[in-house]
Amino acid sequence: MIRVNQVSKRYGAIEALRQVSFEVNPGEIFGLIGPDGAGKTTLFRILTTLLLPDEGTARVNGRDVVANYKALRAEIGYMPGRFSLYQDLTIAENLAFFATIFGTTIEANYENIRPIYEQLAPFKDRRAGKLSGGMKQKLALCCALIHSPEVLFLDEPTTGVDPVSRKEFWDILAMLKQKGMTILVSTPYMDEATRCNRVGLIQNGELLQIDTPAGIVSRFDQPLWAVTSDEMYRLIQDLRTHPTIKTAYAFGDTVHITVKHSFYPEDLFADLGAKNHQNIEIFPITPTIEDCFIGLMETQKTP
Amino acid sequence: MKAIEVRALTKRFGDFTAVNAINFEVAQGEIFGFLGANGAGKTTAMKMLIGLSRPTSGEATVAGFDVYRQTEQIKRNIGYMSQKFSLYEDLTVWENIRFFGGIYGLSAAKIRKKAVALFERLSLHQEANALVGSLPLGWKQKLSFSLAILHDPKIVFLDEPTGGVDPITRRQFWDMIYEAADRGITVFVTTHYMDEAEYCNRVSIMVDGRIDALDTPKSLKNHFRVETMDDVFLRLARNSQFKEA
Repeated sequence: MIRVNQVSKRYGAIEALRQVSFEVNPGEIFGLIGPDGAGKTTLFRILTTLLLPDEGTARVNGRDVVANYKALRAEIGYMPGRFSLYQDLTIAENLAFFATIFGTTIEANYENIRPIYEQLAPFKDRRAGKLSGGMKQKLALCCALIHSPEVLFLDEPTTGVDPVSRKEFWDILAMLKQKGMTILVSTPYMDEATRCNRVGLIQNGELLQIDTPAGIVSRFDQPLWAVTSDEMYRLIQDLRTHPTIKTAYAFGDTVHITVKHSFYPEDLFADLGAKNHQNIEIFPITPTIEDCFIGLMETQKTP
Repeated sequence: MKAIEVRALTKRFGDFTAVNAINFEVAQGEIFGFLGANGAGKTTAMKMLIGLSRPTSGEATVAGFDVYRQTEQIKRNIGYMSQKFSLYEDLTVWENIRFFGGIYGLSAAKIRKKAVALFERLSLHQEANALVGSLPLGWKQKLSFSLAILHDPKIVFLDEPTGGVDPITRRQFWDMIYEAADRGITVFVTTHYMDEAEYCNRVSIMVDGRIDALDTPKSLKNHFRVETMDDVFLRLARNSQFKEA
């Protein structure tokens, strides 16, 4: 449904995208996961025909994003990262505006947006500028869906959104997928990877890895341990300077460590005990997507 | 003396009560996580504490100063880092340091001394004369935090400081928070990353203008019998009555 082949883009001295290639299958939720400045938005703008690549080609819904941009625009829905609806128009007016632009009506496509719009309907006469973050996001999604697009592009729809609203938004995406929609979505939140069929981890304009979330985790090629004690900050410092430990990163109430061959949990336990740590626990764990991302960043740093 | 003391603090906008009689205290040197859903009232509460918004009723002191009558003293004694990047992109790193140092009334000698220490800590020597706009986001955030505490404030307020930064930088940022707390600076921080809630000494969770929970992360997890702060948050925030209003 989406086919990206060796796409590069630079802004002056900055290489925003370096030979990025990937494919998105029909009916799939593909997550592009990476921090701000990784190149996610540049890639979205190229795929939605708003920016020309310097090198490489991309096809969406069978059409070349450069040669067939006009036809393609009618077939895709795009929700940009920055809220870009008319703040002075009401919910209903914004929706009617976007329907008109695409030569359709709200009525003709109401089924597409019904489950989302029903949550907005009680406030339909409220101006978009006066809506809460969660509601703005739902309205923007309705506007991106009003012309029944084949492919949906969502650029960081959940950034700055609290965990409850984020979860609700992903529930909506799962529902759209059920109806057969193909979705390319970007996010800086690593935990959202598990809501995607496949993900691409992106950093500094490069795709570090593409796989299913489970596949990415299974590629993590070294043992990972979790360590806890009563004093987190001191624990991290002591772990970082320990001779048998390679990396130590805080993960919630534990510290995740990767280790050298000389590592034995019993020895570490004794060493931490000698430094007066209380309630020490050391146990092996399965990596999360965030562990994998950090691991890939570490190898990228030291080639 | 407590770093922050809040009693029945309330803010109304017309007939809407954004902050509803909240109570809490923050101890000197504590890392206090201020959590809540979008629209729960966090920003409004924070604005009252940093002297930018006058409360409707209730009492609060920040660094010992009253939020009604001593807002200027409050501003002098706190640092603030907003979620929007707020350094001057068209000035160099060094110029930003001089500018913020000057605003806080530090002497030229003191600013120079602080700058050297800051370059050292952030390994920014090479970039001293680079425009801030050209730095990667992670560096900007770290620089922004360093400038928020350049004048050794008693308390620093951080509004979603780590949004969108990569996982390694996010953790380096928390190292800086720990270091600041170690030096006795009280840290008041909001975040949407629930793993970061675990790094706080205590967290409060706002729902519909009230503080519905306030304790150490461990006690909150025990109380709700859940494994993670994410679950604690979901449990509480789902109770919201006017979430989408």
